Order: sequence, then structure tokens, then C-alpha cells
Amino acid sequence: MVSLPDLMPALPEIFLAAAGLALLLIGVFAGEKSTRMVASLAVMSFVITGALLLMAPGGRAVTFNGMFVADGFAVFMKILVLIGSALALVLSLDYLEHEGMSRFEYPVLFVLATVGMLLMVSANNLISLYLGLELQSLSLYVVAAFNPDSERSSEAGLKYFVLGALSSGMLLYGASLIYGFLGTTSFEALALALSGQAAAGSQGAALAGASMGVIIGLVFVCAALAFKVSAVPFHMWTPDVYEGAPTPVTAFFAVAPKVAAMALFVRVLVEPFGHLTGQWQQIIVVTSALSMILGSFAAIAQSNIKRLMAYSSIGHVGFALLGLAAGTPQGITGVIVYMAIYIPMSLGAFAVILSMRVNGKQVEGIQDLAGLGKTSPGLAVALVVMMFSMAGIPPLAGFFAKLYVFRAVIEQHFYVLAVIGVLASVVSAVYYLKIIRVMYFDEPKVAFDKAEGAAIPAILAVSTLFIVVFWLLPAPLTGAAQAAAASLFGG
Amino acid sequence: MGNWPILSLVTFLPLVGAALILLLARGSEAAVAATARWVALWTTLVTFALSIAIWIGFDPTVVGFQMEEKVAWFPDLNISYHLGVDGISVLFVVLSAFLMPICILASWESIHSRVKEYMVSFLILETMMIGMFCALDYVLFYVFFEGVLIPMFVIIGIWGSGERRIYAAFKLFLFTLLGSVLMLVALLTMYVQAGTTDIPTLLATKYGYDMQVWLWLAMFASFAVKVPMWPVHTWLPDAHVEAPTAGSVILAGVLLKMGGYGFLRFSIPMLPEATALLTPLVYGLSIVAVIYTSLVALAQEDMKKMIAYSSIAHMGFVTAGMFSLTQQGMEGSIFQMLSHGVVSSALFLCVGVVYDRLHTREIARYGGLANNMPKYAVFFFIMLLGSVGLPATSGFVGEFMIMLGIFQVNTWVATLVATGLILGATYMLLLYRKVIFGEITREDVRKMTDLTPREIVIFVPLALVVLWMGIYPSSFLNVMSVSVDHLITQYHADLGRAGAVAVAVR
Repeated sequence: MVSLPDLMPALPEIFLAAAGLALLLIGVFAGEKSTRMVASLAVMSFVITGALLLMAPGGRAVTFNGMFVADGFAVFMKILVLIGSALALVLSLDYLEHEGMSRFEYPVLFVLATVGMLLMVSANNLISLYLGLELQSLSLYVVAAFNPDSERSSEAGLKYFVLGALSSGMLLYGASLIYGFLGTTSFEALALALSGQAAAGSQGAALAGASMGVIIGLVFVCAALAFKVSAVPFHMWTPDVYEGAPTPVTAFFAVAPKVAAMALFVRVLVEPFGHLTGQWQQIIVVTSALSMILGSFAAIAQSNIKRLMAYSSIGHVGFALLGLAAGTPQGITGVIVYMAIYIPMSLGAFAVILSMRVNGKQVEGIQDLAGLGKTSPGLAVALVVMMFSMAGIPPLAGFFAKLYVFRAVIEQHFYVLAVIGVLASVVSAVYYLKIIRVMYFDEPKVAFDKAEGAAIPAILAVSTLFIVVFWLLPAPLTGAAQAAAASLFGG
Repeated sequence: MGNWPILSLVTFLPLVGAALILLLARGSEAAVAATARWVALWTTLVTFALSIAIWIGFDPTVVGFQMEEKVAWFPDLNISYHLGVDGISVLFVVLSAFLMPICILASWESIHSRVKEYMVSFLILETMMIGMFCALDYVLFYVFFEGVLIPMFVIIGIWGSGERRIYAAFKLFLFTLLGSVLMLVALLTMYVQAGTTDIPTLLATKYGYDMQVWLWLAMFASFAVKVPMWPVHTWLPDAHVEAPTAGSVILAGVLLKMGGYGFLRFSIPMLPEATALLTPLVYGLSIVAVIYTSLVALAQEDMKKMIAYSSIAHMGFVTAGMFSLTQQGMEGSIFQMLSHGVVSSALFLCVGVVYDRLHTREIARYGGLANNMPKYAVFFFIMLLGSVGLPATSGFVGEFMIMLGIFQVNTWVATLVATGLILGATYMLLLYRKVIFGEITREDVRKMTDLTPREIVIFVPLALVVLWMGIYPSSFLNVMSVSVDHLITQYHADLGRAGAVAVAVR
């Protein structure tokens, strides 16, 4: 007797997966010219998926034999992922046509990767976690290498694939250890087993041996997830992949997979391993501190803006991990708020980078921005806003993101970590200011081509506006983030 | 005005002006520039008028904050948008609003490029400054305190005059940011203890002794850079030299006061035991600042640099007076901050006047200006007297009260700080002799014209205020005395309670 599982909680994912397959068929039949149509349909499916998510009944729902969970946290993070994917896809279209890589597979891969991310966010079992992660990663490997004429793009794809496979291996090894020692892969059962162990452990050290295997497994899982969010010391792929991949793909990498991986990271550590907080906290504290430090120092010497953004994203991940390091609902609220504010900052910055086009050719040097304040004042103002916000200068949104995570770590009395964090943010200000200096204080060399589509200016305008006026009405976002974090701890 | 949220009005009016400039400025470059200038001028004038209304509406006999406004801002963090003024902050609001129209007028002709952006930056700066003095929530305060950096960085970097303007802008930004982020950690620590960042609540919260010392040092990192105190003062001369004249005016007139205000609002009342412990440190740094930077000022060949160093020396007086924790010393230090805000602003404007004509600030290039610029010489002289603290000018009242306050507590500190008075008179008079007196030896100096009507309009109110503050200081001191008295009483009461607890424990 096999009864059909309850499909309703997973309706958005099912819809998006079906949409991805349909788009693939449409693409195949309509041929190479159909990219723009397929992409528009893909964006539309993202929107519909988002609507389905929002319409779903609140509360926690588990289905597929406990493999899949839908709760407030998942909904919030999925919406962020969808926003990131949709906007990154919109940003891509003009670029693809310019560079002659306009193929319908591109939007389809975006959709499939996004399905993977949604599944990651909702994973409630180490197996479904792995499946979601792989669906996402495989699609991403392909889009990273999407420009076949570019050696760098192929190199980026290959590097990402090899290192990604390594991290998947680590994840599986860790998961197998955990399964071996605890006899289950379900998050709820893991939490239950570990709570029993924690209780027993506090009475005596009888179960210390069993716990050790679990902890080693946990370390491997953490390493694999740190790879996915590109946290130090598993960040090495980031600069090369960011630089080599086609720019809109880099923009995509910088937002959607990051949010999804961060959500997964949070869920895995808080839900099944919540009782081992004392164990994984040490890992996260060190990872976070190293990411913040490396992200700020290494970016200073960069001359390629995509590489710089890569290091900057490593730094930002470090800051977001501060919230996870705290391990409290306040900390998770911080992570969520940080990611929510990071998306528009990052997309805005990449929208400017995509506009860096001279005589029909894309340029990526920081020096190419020279005099942007004179040649295209609108772009320059937007990038200034993004840079000051990333540096965490109030009243821009980036400051409040940092405020939330720092509050969480100080609440846990991690003063040293907090001081490392704020000092790293001062160092990072150096290179953000450097970009502003180049734009405003250096003399212009060449003017960029005029933007053709309305997509990039529109996205830029919206994200800039969000960053600038966030302080006027922060409560809806932060309130929703708080509720989402609470849903993670409620169960 | 009834129940108008007048503090919000005064804080955000400049921002509205900035938005108006962005909306209205259309057409040719000249038309845009003209619109920007006029809108900025009117906005700042109306803001100033409103700030006067605040001053008039302020009841100096009441302890505590007035004209409070409170709206939930980050409800989940228990952070609110809370404004209010007391006797310590209200005059700084007036000072900021007073200097702003003067800055706009001073930039009327000297700024030619990107006038629209320039005026917008200044208006944003004004919102930040006024908001900072009105803020009654620590996070809100921090937002304004830090937010100042963005327009200031842009103003120095884009409209600065010198070759090293980028270096100066970076230095200003990074020095201040470094100090401020440490304060952010302190802020959050206090928040975690008190559960709120509401300043009146924080004022009533008590912290353990060790915690106080750490918090005090973290805040000190921020405020000391802003004041600036020796040895973290080095950003100031660079910033002043490179900034456009109006930028220097705001820098000297208001931004330096943010540090002093921070000590008064946070360090002293919230952390009394740490203050008592670390007062010698402040004294020491203040003495070094007064004597060392006065000597450095004596050796300068650049007019702006000399006045910048004199600013540091004067702020050394302020910090020493403040930490004497006597009624006279503290009132004197607030008064001296206000006076310095006017006098040093005016001195930078004096430099700006000759710089606009000859495009050099080298002292040796001038000489004999009394012959062809008599009006200029008169105004310069009034400001010079204000700076050296001659009776009947504002500088005298402030310095005298500070000396009186310190002398009650520590005669050695008083004596050492007093040498700064002599040195101050020396370098200022030397500057004046070299620039104004003597024979004109250079042709280009002979061709310089006297003040234009616009410049006279700038200098007359400044001169009047310097004399008003010097001749009838009560109109200012009355406003602050109740608040200062309350602050000191509270401080000693807290200290006494802590001492009693310590004795009881022993």
C-alpha cells in the first residue's frame, strides 16, 4: 500500500520543476531564437512560485515522509532566493545577446538551479539536503562555463566543478558518519537522538565516544557547507569562478545560491544539531572571523572589479555568519536580515558592473570606472550608495544589517569576535572607498556605452532606492525576519 | 508652534531642501547652479529660523529633555526614533543651523563645478549634524554621527583644493570610522545590558566597574578622534588644508564639537566611575594637546594649517575643562565649544577670502593687507581677539571659566593649560602681523580688492555673535546651567553611591 504523499506543502517547488521542464520543451521546439521568450516565461514562473509560496497556509508542514519541510523560515528564504534568481536572469538578457551566447538553455538552467535551491532551503533530511544541493550545483557548474568561446569561463566551470565535487564528497562522508553513529538521517530524529545524548552526557561521559563520531561528521558537513557559502578556509574557488564566469552568472552566484546555502547552513546547524551548539559554534566563530579578515584584506589589492566583489562577498558571508555564530534566535534574525539586505546591494553593484561596456566590449578593471561621476552620474551615484552601504555606513541599509549581527554576538558576550568584525569592516571600507575615489576623483578616460535596455537601470534604481530609504520603514522586513527565525526555533 | 514635531522639522528640513534641489534644478549648467544655490540658502535660513524658535521655546529652568518626540523605529530591537533637547544640546543645534547659511554664502562664488551636488551634500550634512544633537536614542545618535562621514568625504574629495585631497578624505574617513566602530561595540554592549538604546534609560542604568572602564575606553576611541585629541589629531590638519572653505567651517565649527558633546552626553554621565578613574588620562592628553599643538601652530607656514592646529589646542582646553567636573569648568567648556565654533569658522572664512583672491594660503605670500583691505583687516582682528580670548569677546568667557573650573581641582593642570593662552596669543598675533601689517611688497597682493557686500554679509553676524557672547554671556549660560548642574550633581551622587558600595563590600 503506497499512498501519495501530501503534495500541497511542496506545491511551489513542484510548479517550478514542471515549469522548468516545460520551458525546456518550448526551447527545443522553438529553437535558438526563443531565448528571450523562454527567459520571460522563466521570470514569470519565478513570480508565480513566489505567489504560491505566499499563498500557502502558514505554520510548519512536513511531507514526503519527513523529507521536506515548509515553515516560516523556508518561505522567507525562498522568497529571497526567487528575487535573486529572477533579477539576475533579467540582468543577463542584454549581456547574452551582446556576447553571442543567447541560448534557451540558460534560463532553463536558472530555473533548475532555483528548484534545487528551494529544495535545499526546505530539506529536512540529510538525503533531501544532498539531492537539492546537487541539483543546484550541477546547474551552476554548467552556467559558470556557459561561454564556450572563453577559456576563462570554461576554466571557471571546471574549477567550480572539481572543488564542488570535493565538497559534495565531504558532505556525504560527514553525513555517512552521522548516519552511522546515530542511525538516522532525518533532522527531527537527529535532534531527538542528540537531545538524549546531551542529557546523558550531562549526567556522565558515558556517551562521549559515540558523540565524537557525530562531531567528526558534523565537522565534515560544516566544511562542505562553508564551501557552498564560500567562507574561509573553503573560499578558494570564489575569486576565480567570479572572475571567469560570465558577469551576469557571477551576479547570480553572488545572490541566490548564497542565500540558499546560508539558509541550509542555518537549518542544519540549528535544527538537527541544535543540541551541539557548543561544538559547532567554535567552527563558525573561527570561520566567520577568518572570512571577515581575509575578505577585507585580500580585496584591497584587487584590480579586477569582479575579483574584488568575490572577496567582498567572502567578507559579507563572514559578517552574516556572525549571526549564526551567536546561535540564538536573535542571531538567526541577524543572518536573515543580513542576507535580505545583501541581495539588493550585490545586485545593484553587479548592475553597474554589467553596464561597464566600452565600444561594445565588456570591461572589468576598477580603473575603467575612472571619472564615472562625470560621464554617467546616475550609475556613479548608485554605485556610491552600494559601496557606502557595503562598508556599513549609516543611514544606509548595510549598516543595519551589521547592527543586527553584531547585536547577536555581543549578546553572547563574544566581544573579541565583535571587535575583529568591526575592525575588519574598517579595513573593508578602504577598498569600497577606493572605488568611489576612482569614480569621482580620477579623471575620465573613456565613457561607457549608453545602456540599451531598461532592465539594468530599473533594477539599479530599485535597489538603490531600497538601500537609501530602508531606514525610513525597517519594521516590516525586520519583523518578518524575526518571525522567520522564530519559526526555526519553535519546532 | 503648539504640538508641531519641531525637532524633526529642523532635522529633516534640509533633506527636503536637498530633494527640492534635485527636483527643481533643470536646464543649463548656470541655471542649475543658481537654483541650487538659492534653494540651499533659503532652506538653511528657514532651518536657522526654526532653530531660533527652539531656543526661544526652550525652558531653561527645567531639568531633563524637552520637546521630546518618540516613535517606534525597530520595534523588534526596542529601538525608537527619539528626539529631544536639553540645555547642553539645544545651543549646538542653533550653532549648526547658524553656520549653515554662512557656509552656503561662502561657497556662492568659489564653487563652480557640480554646484548642485555640492549644495545637496551640505544639506545632507546639516540634517546629520542637527539630528545628532537632537537624538535621544543611542543607535539614532550613531546613525547621524557616522552619517556625517559620507557628505564630508565627498565634500573634501571632490571640491577640495589641494593635491592631497584624496589622501585627506581617506584619512578623515578611516580615522573616524575606526573610532566609531569601537563605540558601536560599546553601544551594543550597553544595549544588551539595558535592553534598550533609549538615552534617558541608559542614563539611569548602572554598569559594573570593569565594564565601565572598557565601555569608557571604547567610546573614548570614537570621541577622542572626533575632538580631536593628541595623538589621534593628525587627520584634522590634513582635512582642513584640503577642504573647501565651507567644509573647513563645518569641520571646525560643528564636527569637532560632536566629540565634546559625546563626552558630555555619554561618557561622563553614563560611566561615572570610569570617568573618575580616567580623568588623569584626559588631563594629560589635553595638556599635551594645548602645549604641543600650540607650538606646532607657531611653526606653520600655511594659514589654514595654523588655524587647524589652534583648533586642536582650543579643543584641548575644552576637554580639560569638561573633565574638571565643576560647574564653571563644564559650562565654560560648552561655552568655549560654541565660541570656538563661531570664531574658528570665521577664521577659516578669513583665510577663504584671501585664498579666493590669490589662490595660496602661504603666510609669506601676503603682507600689508591693512592698506588695501581695511574692512577685511577689521573683521580678521575681531576674530583674532576672539581666538586669543581678549575680554569682551566670546573666547575670554569660555577660557576664563575653564581656568576657574580646573583651578579648583588641580592647580598644576590649570597652570600648564594656561601656557596655551600665551602661546595662542603668540601665534595668532604673529599670523596677523605677517598677513595684515607691514608694507605691500608684491604686485598681486596690491591688486587684491576689499570685501564684497556678500562677504560683509557673512562676517557681520559672526562678529556680532562673538561680541554678544563676550559682553553678555548670560543669555547662553542661563540656557545650560540647570542641565549642567543636574549632570554634575548626578555624577557626584553616582560616584558617592559607588564609593559607599565599595566601602560596604570591604
